[in-house]
Amino acid sequence: MAAISRDDVAHLAKLARIEMTPAELDHMASELEQILGAVKRVQEVATSDIAPTSHPLSMSNVFRDDVVKPSLTNEEALSGAPAKADERFKVPQILGEE
Amino acid sequence: MTNIHSTAAEMASALAAKEISSVELTKQHLDRIAAVDGKINAFLHIDKAGALEQAEVIDKKRASGEKLSPLAGVPIAVKDILAQKGIPTTAGSKILEGWRPPYDSTVVAKLKAASVVILGKTNMDEFAMGSSTENSAYGTTQNPWDLARTPGGSSGGSAAAVAAFEAPLAIGTDTGGSIRQPAALTGIVGVKPTYGAVSRYGVVAYSSSLDQVGPFARTVLDTALLHEAIAGHDERDSTSINAPVPQVVAAAKRLDVKGMKIGVIKELSGSGFQAGISARIAESIELLVAAGAEIVEVTCPNFEYALAAYYLIAPSEASSNLARFDSMRYGLRVGDDGSRGAEEVMSATREAGFGKEVKRRIILGTYALSSGYYDAYYGSAQKVRTLVKQDFDNAFAKADVLISPVTPTTAFKIGEKSNDPVAMYLSDIATIPVNMAGIGGMSLPVGLADEDGLPVGLQIMAPVMQDDRFYRVGGTLEAALLSKWGQPILSKAPDLTVQK
Repeated sequence: MAAISRDDVAHLAKLARIEMTPAELDHMASELEQILGAVKRVQEVATSDIAPTSHPLSMSNVFRDDVVKPSLTNEEALSGAPAKADERFKVPQILGEE
Repeated sequence: MTNIHSTAAEMASALAAKEISSVELTKQHLDRIAAVDGKINAFLHIDKAGALEQAEVIDKKRASGEKLSPLAGVPIAVKDILAQKGIPTTAGSKILEGWRPPYDSTVVAKLKAASVVILGKTNMDEFAMGSSTENSAYGTTQNPWDLARTPGGSSGGSAAAVAAFEAPLAIGTDTGGSIRQPAALTGIVGVKPTYGAVSRYGVVAYSSSLDQVGPFARTVLDTALLHEAIAGHDERDSTSINAPVPQVVAAAKRLDVKGMKIGVIKELSGSGFQAGISARIAESIELLVAAGAEIVEVTCPNFEYALAAYYLIAPSEASSNLARFDSMRYGLRVGDDGSRGAEEVMSATREAGFGKEVKRRIILGTYALSSGYYDAYYGSAQKVRTLVKQDFDNAFAKADVLISPVTPTTAFKIGEKSNDPVAMYLSDIATIPVNMAGIGGMSLPVGLADEDGLPVGLQIMAPVMQDDRFYRVGGTLEAALLSKWGQPILSKAPDLTVQK
């Protein structure tokens, strides 16, 4: 397994939307390498003939009737919003400005 | 005299007989919290006014002759990962500081419907990621047995509150051992029910295929009473099992294990476990044999890979679950000064709001799920999960329940493992296989280790939806231990009002 570089961690941090300082990236790279070294043991027994288990219960497509029931009011839904305007969530600019 | 040292069942019958009011009982617990929680730090939020108000309503209902549930008027502490309407819910994280949910989780709604008095919210490792509460953004919880030691985690606040007589009952969650391990380290009973037995609706998600809500108490019967109050199908949780709840209260009262086959897991015994733990487990086995159980040895050769698989599966699911903390709809928002775009604000918020272990697991999970590594890591871990399930299936073909120690060591010192993530992860080595397979397990206090005088937990496991089996075995063993000791294990814990 290739060593985990600071650039690798920077890429992962970008994907995960977590800002990190260069010092944090270095620290995380060495910790990640240590943890991956410990967890890669799973590869010793995970042969191709074994089916993966993604969930302890084998249920799928659990539906309920499509009936309208009381739910949060607009005010309740917005009660924890960091910013709001005109009964909506107010968010920073998402698309670039031309 | 009913007081904070009584069991929840004793409190419930005194309340029913009107020997004490819920307001009096609630006040006793609030006084205890005021007296000792400065040393324990079990609570993140104490809802004094809400608890007293709820107690008063219950007393009035009782006075008017209304039929009440078995635990009506008994106080409880709730892990701060369950949403409670209007009450701060942080999951131990700065990113949720000040958030007051606009709704109740199903478990909190069930507690309210059962007239259980909610005292407050308890401390935990941030987003349930940890085994000591040291990852809480709001300070570590101290173990009532020794304030220099951790109570375990992640539900360490709930366990410490019950062990310190701040509450007779508490709710926790268990993803890799987060109920059973702190129960073991504080000398109380904790149960991780079968996956899907208790609703996860309104529980801040860490690893959805492993997370399960469960009860803490000081006796097996109290734990069973709480288990029955919170379990059951919920259409708001698509992974909730639609089947009758096992009769755990009846099982806890049965006090008989004649003819039961108890499997001792070879891989979870002997070397790797503290001598004092192995000694108490051996004594428990003798008591079970004396009570008429048959002991068989079972082997689970793939358990040694379970820990590694867990630390791929849980972070992978966490990296996806925690994407919801995007600073847009609730929680912290940092750096929104008009000059930065949404993505930059998101990244700055997550940097400021998440602690070290949470970042570590999100990055690890992102790595394990990324293209090129998926099959080698996440895919392999899922195959190990299949093997662990097969080990349990084979073992349960030979035994009705399985037993092992809960932890490799007794309570460790605060700071001892906080800079070594892999060493910390090892504290969950005996509890993780249960979550991987989705079965249930109990941690039962079975004495103190000779070398350090700290509590030891025995883990009792049963097949899916057979949770009543570990209540039956746990109740029987608890009675045998009590008659041997003459008094409950917590009577040996130091007096917190004088301990510094």
